[in-house]
Amino acid sequence: MLKVHVAPCLSVNINLHTMILARVVGTVVSTHKTAKIEGIRFLLLEKIDPVSMQGKNDFVVSMDSIGAGIGEIVFYVSGSSARFTETTEGKPADSTIIAIVDKIEKDGIHTYIKNH
Amino acid sequence: MTMTLGKVVGTIVTHSRNDGMDGSRYLLIARTDQYGFKREDYIVALDTLGVGYDEMVMVTEGSPARETPDTINKPCDALIVGIIDRIDEMGTIVYRK
Repeated sequence: MLKVHVAPCLSVNINLHTMILARVVGTVVSTHKTAKIEGIRFLLLEKIDPVSMQGKNDFVVSMDSIGAGIGEIVFYVSGSSARFTETTEGKPADSTIIAIVDKIEKDGIHTYIKNH
Repeated sequence: MTMTLGKVVGTIVTHSRNDGMDGSRYLLIARTDQYGFKREDYIVALDTLGVGYDEMVMVTEGSPARETPDTINKPCDALIVGIIDRIDEMGTIVYRK
């Protein structure tokens, strides 16, 4: 009897080019880089779950167009949209922070309120 | 990049933003199946329509999200493009607002 083995579906990251919440966990410093991205700050972001606010152990390097600090919750755009801010226009950007989050509300409950 | 179905589960308040779209707001969207069952998979999407809580919406992701008058040449990656009234699957209505 012929048995057909079907491979299990691979887990695909469908959130690749979508605005995602993340926490700023560090800075990335590079002295030797292409001339077009000189003067731009790079931050290390960890994607978070907006309900538990816990990190997902999934990190990205993102250009900072807004002046975000360590520990702040932000969201970033990726792919071609990353080039549409004043800071990153015409630059080889693939991920740009566009907003610092003050509050997240889910189902009527604040899961995050920023401490000023 | 596809158009995905999702439900509005919350709002994201931001004061510092650099997107050039001050009139619009960001909503927290949970992805759903065609029956409206939410998954533990959340995205942030821009709302220009005025969508209410728990409404099922279509979200366009990636560069097509910039193809509207409000978002053209703006750093927008996920945009709510429609509020769902009804979904039918094989002739049976599986979701109704």
